[in-house]
Amino acid sequence: MSDNHLTQESASRRQFLKGSTAAMGGLMVGAWLPPFAPKSAAAAAVATQKGALGDRFAEGFGAFVRVGHDGRVAVISPKIEMGQGIHTGIAMMVAEELEVGLDQIDLQEAPPDADLYTDTLLQFQATGGSTSTRYTWEPLRRAGATARMLLVEAAASVWKVEAGQCQARDGQVLGPDGQALGYGKLVDLAATYPLPETVELKQPEAFRLIGTPAQRLDTPAKVNGEAKFTIDLDVPGMLITSARACPVYGGTVRQVSDRAARAIPGVKDVVVLENAVAVTATNTWACFEALKALDIEWDYGANRELNSARVGEKLHEASRRDGVVAAENGNIDQSLDTAATQFEAVYEQPFLSHSPLEPMTCVAHVQADGCDLWVGTQVPGLAQQTAASITGLSPEQIRIHNQWIGGAFGRRLDFDFITQAVQIASKVDYPVKLTWSREEDMTHDMYRPRYVDRMTAAIGDDGYPAGWRHRIAGGSIIARYLGGLPDNGVDFDAVEIAVDPVYHLDDLKVHYIREEPEVVPISWWRGVGVLRGIYAVECFIDELAHNAGIDPLTYRKTLLQHRPRVVAALERLAEQSNWGDPLPEGRGRGLAVGEVFGSVVATVVELSAVGDKGIRIDRLVTVVDCGLVTNPTSVKAQMEGGTLFGLSAALFNEIEIEQGQVQQENFHEYRQLRMGEAPSVEVDVMPSAEAPGGVGEAGTALIGPALVNAVHAAFGDRVRQLPLTRSGYYIV
Amino acid sequence: MQTVKVNNQTHVVDVPGDMPLLWVLRDILKLTGTKFGCGIAQCGACTVHMDGQPIRSCVLPVGDVSGREITTIEAIGEQPLAQKVQRAWLDHEVAQCGYCQSGQIMSAVALLANNNRIDDHAIDQAMAGNICRCATYTRIRSAIQDVSESVGVWQP
Ligand code: FES
Ligand code: FES
Repeated sequence: MSDNHLTQESASRRQFLKGSTAAMGGLMVGAWLPPFAPKSAAAAAVATQKGALGDRFAEGFGAFVRVGHDGRVAVISPKIEMGQGIHTGIAMMVAEELEVGLDQIDLQEAPPDADLYTDTLLQFQATGGSTSTRYTWEPLRRAGATARMLLVEAAASVWKVEAGQCQARDGQVLGPDGQALGYGKLVDLAATYPLPETVELKQPEAFRLIGTPAQRLDTPAKVNGEAKFTIDLDVPGMLITSARACPVYGGTVRQVSDRAARAIPGVKDVVVLENAVAVTATNTWACFEALKALDIEWDYGANRELNSARVGEKLHEASRRDGVVAAENGNIDQSLDTAATQFEAVYEQPFLSHSPLEPMTCVAHVQADGCDLWVGTQVPGLAQQTAASITGLSPEQIRIHNQWIGGAFGRRLDFDFITQAVQIASKVDYPVKLTWSREEDMTHDMYRPRYVDRMTAAIGDDGYPAGWRHRIAGGSIIARYLGGLPDNGVDFDAVEIAVDPVYHLDDLKVHYIREEPEVVPISWWRGVGVLRGIYAVECFIDELAHNAGIDPLTYRKTLLQHRPRVVAALERLAEQSNWGDPLPEGRGRGLAVGEVFGSVVATVVELSAVGDKGIRIDRLVTVVDCGLVTNPTSVKAQMEGGTLFGLSAALFNEIEIEQGQVQQENFHEYRQLRMGEAPSVEVDVMPSAEAPGGVGEAGTALIGPALVNAVHAAFGDRVRQLPLTRSGYYIV
Repeated sequence: MQTVKVNNQTHVVDVPGDMPLLWVLRDILKLTGTKFGCGIAQCGACTVHMDGQPIRSCVLPVGDVSGREITTIEAIGEQPLAQKVQRAWLDHEVAQCGYCQSGQIMSAVALLANNNRIDDHAIDQAMAGNICRCATYTRIRSAIQDVSESVGVWQP
């Protein structure tokens, strides 16, 4: 993404709106968010999907900035805070242009409204896909600058001087003769002015706040127990509820005997749903105990026989077939016929659970004339829709009170648990707080799909590929999430990276073969399609380099001459990781690079082979060029956390299914890196003038292939299947 | 009826003795700073202090805590050492989603309060029971090192 967001051309695509409402008072400024110009085939496919989410999709008016009579600035955030630091980033963008301190800003969550808060990168109102900074970057600064200009104009007219003689600073306008007026005193007058014709944004050199490490606004409450997540809420008259859904997806309740459950002190009601049974009680423990005490006869349904081995076989089989062509350049079939050598490798990635530390939770209160939902959600609009369809209320009667999220990683882009909470709340006459046990959360997740990638390269005499054929077999998140595939039959998420690898190839053909294990509900998982694409491409290119006997970093650079930004990151990585320095026997380095979410990221893992299969990670270095940085602290934190999050998955994690039932139930079976196992992550943020890129998922996407490539370097063993524990590796 | 002393206050609560302390704290006493993550002593989100020692409240029956002093995240800041830990957590920007951090801080405070020599190995041991799904481990370590240094117990 090299379009410069500060150009005049892009400015002219935007319009601004201002209003002053009697109810709220003060000066309110918003920005019309731009129509998204599709830049790639994948993005074009996204655009064709907009109808699936309703006609209310439109270029949206969003990002309100309101300056009150007290001089405080309210910013309505279209993005939910789930640990990524976006609220602080948004506050910084507005504060920078409006010339106020960060401490003058109050952040509010946006209510669901597709017209106002549609993410033009994601095409609906959502927080995910590493789009938050990219989407808010220009409109929010523009809204701040517009408000500032109006306030300056107001002060100038009070003092009867030219606006150009005044200056905004720290929440005040300063006049030429030492006059000063606080914003609060100017808002009424400013609100009567028409919007300025042109709004000039600061050039990066003039930034005072953006680019400096700012303390996160949400963290003080997170160190003293005050922070409230959905699970912590208490609304008047509320009872706790928890549920047990059929262990086989798609199964239903046949019959329930609840005598023992009802005898547990504190239990109020047993609510039978189609696929689950819920209990309400005065406390969570009583709910959990009562659920265990229920005697439920299930109809396991069609998926009762499904198991992991069978899913694997079908995916491998599918990867041998041609599918829908997702990308084609040159003529790979001919190249493969005439190539000096052919090389084929098959990569496999498992089902994964999100397992955020806060399990699924939702507070719901359904009444005859309205429904309140207190829930941390990445998709408030979809939450509203599901509640409306269950209750028969109109969407306007569903009030969503969005909450901080105790980790999401894509899990709260789904709303199955919200649906369940509303179903339960519809059957009782009091508000309920749904809290899933960890076991329920892990066995009823919406899993990251399992994929098999079969890649076949045509290699020339020089050891470099003329191109490759890439077949991707797996389920389709897009089809489930949007209710169907685009007309071309391609799941544009599943083929990300594969259709546009960074490397120069004369011939490329990508097939998407949809092979759906119907039983397994699948969804977005941190890194989404990019994660799976980078894994296959970066492992494959590494294999090709080794086959050619060429240093893998040099090999990549040779194929990247047309991508100077990527080469620059690789060179920086070589420097930071001491790539060229020799290592003792039994020690190795692996690398991966990619252009992901608008950022360029390159990662090196250095590890030692301990005994037969023991891995000791000695160093983990990652270089990121994410364009202009709003808050360097948040960028580093996201890169560190995202990298280790991906490391846990690549090392240990896999969801297995036997007889239609998920086998991993809690953290002892789905283990996470712990303190003594977590290497420190050296993050190098490159200075860059490019447009801001995403960082929330970038680290996660790169660590898997870098790790596997390092295992090859240290052990001489080429692992193609994740997680590494499957091949007997363990961490020391 | 169970008697519990939490943050210097004695409460008599009408719950069965086998109810884990976690749910008494959260649902009965409305002290929601202590979190639920797994319910089987795997994640550490529910860590509180019992007589100054870190314990997993999700597996500790409330019937076993009578006569003991329970301290939760809501009151830990009354201890000067804990204030330092909380400060270090902010200075190092440890928290991401923040959900695990009550438990992390309770484990860290116990480590610092109960040891006069702390090194990386001691941190690994003391913090091994606390999962952070956002994987903020690097910053947790730096924050603990910082406090250890400032109170003179860091011995690498
Ligand atoms: S909730 Fe107690 S250790 Fe996880
Ligand atoms: S900060 Fe999110 S789980 Fe630790």
